Amino acid sequence: MPVRMAKTTLKDKLAILSDAAKYDASCASSGTQKRDSLKSKGIGSTEGSGICHAYAPDGRCISLLKILMTNFCIYDCAYCVNRSSSNVARARFSVDEVVRLTMAFYRRNYIEGLFLSSGIIQSSDYTMEQMVAIARKLRLEENFSGYIHLKTIPDASPLLLEEAGLFADRLSINIELPTDLSLEAMAPEKKPRDIRRSMGHLRLKIEEGKGEKRDRAKPKRFAPGGQSTQMIIGADGADDAAILTRSENLYGSYGLRRVYYSAFSPIPDASNRLPLTRPPLMREHRLYQADWLMRFYGFERGEIVAGGDDGMLDLAIDPKLAWALKHRDRFPVDVNRAPREMLLRVPGLGAKVVDRLLSTRRHRTLRLEDVGRLCQSLSKVRPFITALDWSPGGLTDREGLRTVVAPRAEQLSLF
Amino acid sequence: MRQSYHATISSPADFGGWRAAARTALALGVAPEHMVFVPEGETPPLFAEPLPEPPADARQPTVPRAFPSLAETILCHSDPERFGLAYRLLWRLQADKHLLDVASDPDVQRAREMEKAVRRDEHKMHAFVRFREVEDPDGERHYIAWFEPEHHIVERTAPFFMRRFAGMRWTILTPERSVSWDGGELAFGPGARREDRPRDDDMEALWLTYYGSIFNPARLKPKAMQAEMPKKYWRNLPEAELIEPLIRGAGAAEARMLANAPTLPSIRHQRTQERTMVTGGAPDYAAYGANRRPEDLDEARAQALHCKACDLWEPATQTVFGKGPRNAPVFFVGEQPGDQEDLAGEPFVGPAGKVFDQALAVAGVDRTQAYVTNAVKHFKFVPRGKRRIHQKPDMGEVRACRWWLDLEREFVRPKLVVALGATAAAAVLGKTVTIKATRSKLIDLTETTKLLVTVHPSYILRLPDPEAQKRETALFNEDMARVRDFVPEIALAA
Repeated sequence: MPVRMAKTTLKDKLAILSDAAKYDASCASSGTQKRDSLKSKGIGSTEGSGICHAYAPDGRCISLLKILMTNFCIYDCAYCVNRSSSNVARARFSVDEVVRLTMAFYRRNYIEGLFLSSGIIQSSDYTMEQMVAIARKLRLEENFSGYIHLKTIPDASPLLLEEAGLFADRLSINIELPTDLSLEAMAPEKKPRDIRRSMGHLRLKIEEGKGEKRDRAKPKRFAPGGQSTQMIIGADGADDAAILTRSENLYGSYGLRRVYYSAFSPIPDASNRLPLTRPPLMREHRLYQADWLMRFYGFERGEIVAGGDDGMLDLAIDPKLAWALKHRDRFPVDVNRAPREMLLRVPGLGAKVVDRLLSTRRHRTLRLEDVGRLCQSLSKVRPFITALDWSPGGLTDREGLRTVVAPRAEQLSLF
Repeated sequence: MRQSYHATISSPADFGGWRAAARTALALGVAPEHMVFVPEGETPPLFAEPLPEPPADARQPTVPRAFPSLAETILCHSDPERFGLAYRLLWRLQADKHLLDVASDPDVQRAREMEKAVRRDEHKMHAFVRFREVEDPDGERHYIAWFEPEHHIVERTAPFFMRRFAGMRWTILTPERSVSWDGGELAFGPGARREDRPRDDDMEALWLTYYGSIFNPARLKPKAMQAEMPKKYWRNLPEAELIEPLIRGAGAAEARMLANAPTLPSIRHQRTQERTMVTGGAPDYAAYGANRRPEDLDEARAQALHCKACDLWEPATQTVFGKGPRNAPVFFVGEQPGDQEDLAGEPFVGPAGKVFDQALAVAGVDRTQAYVTNAVKHFKFVPRGKRRIHQKPDMGEVRACRWWLDLEREFVRPKLVVALGATAAAAVLGKTVTIKATRSKLIDLTETTKLLVTVHPSYILRLPDPEAQKRETALFNEDMARVRDFVPEIALAA
């Protein structure tokens, strides 16, 4: 690519620096404190659940202005489009440019706020300082109360992280890969231990920021939207069991709001250290489902992994159905008597449906038709439940049950 | 046939008018099938009479707390049946106060669907309103949007925009209602036409640039997009014009990404690499000789950060090395770091650390003059949801970690080693001993160093019986007093 000497316009920079940011899966703007601009007479509010202002044809929500401050980077991480050795077009926003764009977009109701990430220029501290300057300016000079998510630089000084937490709703540090060894191999300048230490430090600060109930003086707020991280799937050899082990560890250790899984996607000017094939998008989807089962459905990691084969989840059916098919002896479940924990294990019954079943059955005895009114479709549920007028008989233990309940094969064309 | 009645509702989502009429009808005992609600301007059916005044002694109907807000929400729906459905629910609730819990009931199900549709429309309005900036005659910037909601939700959504854009002059135009804000109060007005909106806004070009660039052509999922951004909203979204071309070009764009063979790194990359090498970058432990015996405590600490001698390093956050002066006269050894220690990177800062600090304070021992460490330097745990459950280290792990403990002792050369708990005692002595047999005695370790064994402070924390806790605290305090008596220089300055 020829070296561009012509002056890059704001539009050119935006194109380059949003293109560079699209590999970050998260665009969430939820889970922070409630606030508005009525008193401040400024601009911005956050009301608990986030808002997706648009959707791109990749099906992903566009909630935040997700950009890099710069895609110049001194690091050379094999999986990253912005690694130092890549020949992508480069650009850098000034602090003022990011602030102006954010405010202009926000006033027109295009976005919920800013998600700022960056390549590392000069040093980690210098880069982090510039990012904090943007957040500070938005809050203190522009009187902005919208959402701010800063992707922090793991080895930046703890004091900078602490300042970032005063202005940002959410902080995140990417764990990048499922094991420390693969990260060391693919990202020579990154130190997995720095990432963990930073996450630990953030958890302590976030907990301190929440304060105790008894506190008279509330502590200064610190990243009220918590912290999250992202893991790239399929760039190294780690299997799903290893990935879920890592997620379980991260949720337990650092109180993360979310672990985002990002199926490794071909990037322009890819490094020759990367695999040639990309993982199916379905694998990412199955991991999200497994993550949900661990956090909200009372499944243990081992149970989920055992639903698949050789440490990999079943791509053709969801992990809850896979578990149920391998544990037919636990079914059918009586929708009129079974405890919540067991109803949650029935394929096709989500947490909301289970709550509705529980509230309804206090006053009525449920028939199959009633269950049908509460959930999306009965076909997946039917073999695994009994109701007042329904028993699956031999269906639960039938040999070919998998083909009855599995989604049609055309679904496979997704990958 | 029973007589039918009608009541007029003055605006599409007139909750007050509906409530008044519904109360009257209920007091008169008018069954839902005989009650007709007529929007203003429409002719009531011939068979129905206007609703008479309610009897003077009419009782107020009682409803569950969830009903009024449900009714208010479904009245915003565009379905003409909404008033009748709300009344039918009110009627049925008089006989069955748990009706709303019966999610499988067809009336309840329909009401919940309508509620969900209204909420969703509100949510989409929050999301998809697009303001355009114009300059008012007074020079103020004015943000004006045109939006076409599916249900009657302008009044419901206006406060959201007020809270969000308090410092801005704005107007939202819809076919049915309009609403404006200029810092004082929300002002509602009549509907408008699409032509009334501002023609364009320079910022939209940048927004389209962003929309086109943030999209990843390698992950095309147009159905997922359309589920959340249905086509009916597209005509008022400036970015929607890009959707078709982006989808059409996606295959080619991805192919371009893949076809580009890896290129050679630029000169800038080589310079960056050289510069990093000259300035040193982050220290690479291996380059400094991983097997070299450290010469002092600082070197040992630096090396231990990279320790992988047992498997505990991987799930843990960091090595928690000992802390304290390098020639401290007293050397406390615990079992292993816990949750808080693992995060902070320092020994004895969590709940057990508090018990420890308290005992030291009672005995008048200055912790800052002591060296405090653990037998095992990484936290051993199993994750359970949002928590980590402490696991006792096994002898293999204790043995692997003795390398660091011995080095610490060698460099600090304390007069007294205090082992807190059986694991610590085993690590110091190299063999398993019981607390019962060794507690509170001064044991010779070397010619210059004695050992005192006591319990681990977390043992006291875990005692369920407050009496036992009190007794054990006293014993632990006595042991700390023994420490102070044996090493008086560690006492807190009076």
